Amino acid sequence: MTWIFENWERFWEVTEVHLRLSVVPVVIGFLLSIPLGWVASRSNTARAILFPLANILFTIPSIALIVITPVLIGVKILDEINVVVPLVIYTVALMVRSVADALSAVPGHVTAAANAMGFRPLRRFLTVDFPLALPVTIAGLRVATVSNISMVSVGALVGLGGYGQLFTEGYQTDHTDKVLAGLIGTIVLAALADGLLLLIGRLLTPWTRAGR
Amino acid sequence: MIEFRAVTKRFEDGTIAVDELDLTVEAGTITVFVGPSGCGKTTSLRMVNRMIDPTSGTILVDGKDVLTVDPPTLRRGIGYVIQQAGLFPHRTVLDNVATVPLLSGWDRRKARTRAAELLEIVGLDPAFGKRYPAQLSGGQQQRVGVARALAADPPVLLMDEPFSAVDPVVREDLQNELLRLQAELDKTIVFVTHDIDEALKLGERVAVFQTGGHLAQYARPTELLAAPANDFVASFVGRDRGYRTLTFLHADVPVHPITTAKLGQRITVTDWTLVVDDANRPKGWLSGVDGEVEISEQDLISGGSLYDGSTLRGALDAALSSPSALGVVVDDAGAVTGVVKADDVIKALAKARAAGEVPK
Repeated sequence: MTWIFENWERFWEVTEVHLRLSVVPVVIGFLLSIPLGWVASRSNTARAILFPLANILFTIPSIALIVITPVLIGVKILDEINVVVPLVIYTVALMVRSVADALSAVPGHVTAAANAMGFRPLRRFLTVDFPLALPVTIAGLRVATVSNISMVSVGALVGLGGYGQLFTEGYQTDHTDKVLAGLIGTIVLAALADGLLLLIGRLLTPWTRAGR
Repeated sequence: MIEFRAVTKRFEDGTIAVDELDLTVEAGTITVFVGPSGCGKTTSLRMVNRMIDPTSGTILVDGKDVLTVDPPTLRRGIGYVIQQAGLFPHRTVLDNVATVPLLSGWDRRKARTRAAELLEIVGLDPAFGKRYPAQLSGGQQQRVGVARALAADPPVLLMDEPFSAVDPVVREDLQNELLRLQAELDKTIVFVTHDIDEALKLGERVAVFQTGGHLAQYARPTELLAAPANDFVASFVGRDRGYRTLTFLHADVPVHPITTAKLGQRITVTDWTLVVDDANRPKGWLSGVDGEVEISEQDLISGGSLYDGSTLRGALDAALSSPSALGVVVDDAGAVTGVVKADDVIKALAKARAAGEVPK
């Protein structure tokens, strides 16, 4: 524990990098999974392609994906994009199913009523379908966020920043305190992010708690 | 006015939902489409606001071919009420009602003011406006559904089995409310139901659909009961259609006096006695007991339906359902004014028939 306080500046620097490397992919992945999830909720064919594909992508070990990304997209091995791209893939793989299930669960009589009222498709999606899909979508987003925060550490194996650096350094120099600091950082960050999303979800969905 | 001209709907699997439908819904009336499931009544309704497009034929709303109007624009001008109300669970009741005005570009304040007015029109406390649909009962949700359909003041209202998911008591309330609203608003309403009683009660004109999408008969309720066009219609309107005809007859039935007594009173009961409360409202019957008794709640035999002076059907039912065979007549306040006998109802019916008031 004392390592954190004695090396506060370093710890803070690593935390910032870790946060950036986990949040950016979640945001990008989430935005990508909305149209993909929408397509999967509308078409059985799209669903039959996207869901198995998402499962396969999710089973690729993260270290393998991080090592192979620079080869595939042709960047230097030390670029942060090498972590961002794999994590975007994992986020999409997790979220596409959440978004699709959430949109499919919007009651048919509600969407029928919306059509009958004269909503055009985009407005209906933004003001009826998507808001109603939020509870399930946010639950999926919480899982994706926490799992990203945990996986960013793997980036240290190819020399990228984040708490993972504290693990590798601590391991190589037999410095348990440093490993523990990275572990605590990861857990606290994950808990905070999860709590924040929970709160945002509650603020956005007051109707789910309206009792009789 | 809504006109169906040779409208046919054939689905992709080849089933014919609506077969060459020719029908005119008069402006300012409630027209009911009734029939068993799969008869095309709902498909016909949904073709009016282009939720479904016909395979061939033309539908005109106030003279305009609906196929020439883009669906969202068309729908904003046609109110629509569905079975489970279809309210938006994530919006307050007020915002639900304000939906169409907002879609049509009204400013928010004007739309909400209009929505609050509508809640009152459909008989809901404006305080409900802040609640979410899940906080309302089924009947209240359905009222909100009607308010939402009326919000932009459309001349045409489509109602797709709107009351079939609520219990019978609430359903009757909602039906009466619709008739009251219609008397004020004078909309062109198309109402779909599978319930013939509902059709006969609400419809000024009733279209009976037959399996396969054929229109079997399109007539006033009384004509439907008196002269079904074919065996299908006859069986659909039911065996007791002679009895139902009484619903449409208003005639004077002699009201006889009845002995009444109050709880706790000591009386000698010789014949059927009606026990009433302090406001003279009926509580139950006392049959002929020997000697003097003190009337207590447990001696009472509960009564049948009450006759409020409306139709012959109510009078006959009151008499038939009463343990004393005497139908209790009540005034608007629910106070007893006398009793009617089944014999007198039958006589009144014979008189009405002789006078030519019963449709043949």
